[in-house]
Amino acid sequence: MRTTTRAALALVAVLALAGCGSPSAVSPSAASGKVGGTVTVFAAASLTGVFTDLGHRLEHEHPGLSVRFDFAGSSALATQLTQGAPADVFASADQQQMDIVTRAGLQKSAPVVFASNVLEIAVPPSNPGHVTGLADFAKPDLTLAVCARQVPCGAAAQKVFAAAHVTAEPDTEEQDVKAALTKVQLGEVDAALVYATDVQAAGDRVQGIEFPEAQDAVNSYPICVLKAAPNAEAAQAFVDLVRSPAGRRALTAAGFRTP
Amino acid sequence: MKQREGGIPLLLLLPAALGTLFLVLPLVGLLVRAPWSDLGARLAAPGVWEALRLSLISASLATVVALLLGVPLAWVLARTRLPGRSLLRALVTVPLVLPPVVGGVALFLVLGRQGIVGHWLFTTFGISIPFTTTAVVIAEAFVAMPFLVVSVEGALRAADARFEDAAATLGADRWTTFRRVTLPLVAPGVGAGAVLCWARALGEFGATITFAGNFPGTTQTMPLAVYLALQNDPPAAIALSLVLLLVSIATLLLLRERWLGRRAMAA
Repeated sequence: MRTTTRAALALVAVLALAGCGSPSAVSPSAASGKVGGTVTVFAAASLTGVFTDLGHRLEHEHPGLSVRFDFAGSSALATQLTQGAPADVFASADQQQMDIVTRAGLQKSAPVVFASNVLEIAVPPSNPGHVTGLADFAKPDLTLAVCARQVPCGAAAQKVFAAAHVTAEPDTEEQDVKAALTKVQLGEVDAALVYATDVQAAGDRVQGIEFPEAQDAVNSYPICVLKAAPNAEAAQAFVDLVRSPAGRRALTAAGFRTP
Repeated sequence: MKQREGGIPLLLLLPAALGTLFLVLPLVGLLVRAPWSDLGARLAAPGVWEALRLSLISASLATVVALLLGVPLAWVLARTRLPGRSLLRALVTVPLVLPPVVGGVALFLVLGRQGIVGHWLFTTFGISIPFTTTAVVIAEAFVAMPFLVVSVEGALRAADARFEDAAATLGADRWTTFRRVTLPLVAPGVGAGAVLCWARALGEFGATITFAGNFPGTTQTMPLAVYLALQNDPPAAIALSLVLLLVSIATLLLLRERWLGRRAMAA
């Protein structure tokens, strides 16, 4: 008698567990596959704000998922990747650095362009150097920052200077765009050439000055899942989110252009 | 007794061997992967000599600054009974453990155009320190001087104070004693400190790129050149690293052999 009761209870328990389990198998989260664990995204420094938000969003959609970022100059990231750094996703601030990664055969699928960005002049709110346009970068008495030509924002700067026939006289070539922006925020330079998105992200701590020659150096942002991705499902989920309408809205709000 | 003479215990030998590998292997990697075939051409590239020259000059100037300020500071720490001496010692050795980037930011806040002292310099004399070679020297001296202070203070404490007492009894004032007795006595310690300080200044990166920025010819020292070359031309970065490695080894050898002698090694 006792044994029967126990068996019956066990049977009920099994049924209950199965009953609990089956609805979740068809829940919306299953549509994008089983996504969990940790996903590591290597992304250009200029994506810091918008990608951090999108990462939180993805974590919210997939409880148990943790999105980790390494934001740095795209060239530094590309070097780390070719040296074997373990990452799931790479988002570059220009095609050239993505090419370094694809030439090494590190991509899982072909990179896709998800955004573009243009340069803008950032000056301290009071504009102490009375900077009005790109031509002011030729003034030796002003303290000016650009990005080093080895990183995408520096390469773009060289392009716009060439297009505008301006012989730039910068005082420092910063290692990435955030470093250049910081010097403006500290009030230590009169102007820096950064991305339009950086000016927007800095709010009223800097003042942005647009210039027509910026159109000659539009930076395309490609993204791809990496072949060696330890968490390929989550990596794809992140790339999908970036390219989704919600991702595009976030990018546009941050000042990026989307295709 | 026999064991002390003969074999090293395995428990010490094994970690020691691992430690040696850990320190030496990366340097071997640098040599193995070096672009030997076109090394000459890479080193003849325009920016290389410029960066090396700037590195050597700024590290040497930083060492001179450290000697002028650091030796007296070490003397105060070792020979006087100033109240709050241990606090002073703790304060001046902070840059030793401070992340250099933080040092760079701190220098901005004091000597930058908007800094506490820098703002006054800029508005009164029109002098702006950041992004100049002066800024490089300041950043390097800030990070490297504690090495000299610690090393000289150690030498002063180890030196026999009776010679100084004898000089004093013979009528020498404190300055003469310092110049004629103390300084020669601790010269090997000062030398060792200066070498440490110079080497640290030569390798300085964080405070320099933060406070002095990066511009070829004025503020781009070798470590900065290596870092930026690594972004898009790793073989060039390796070539530059080899130069730094060579300079470091040459300095160590030369100074240890010729100048410091055995006493410094003992100290």
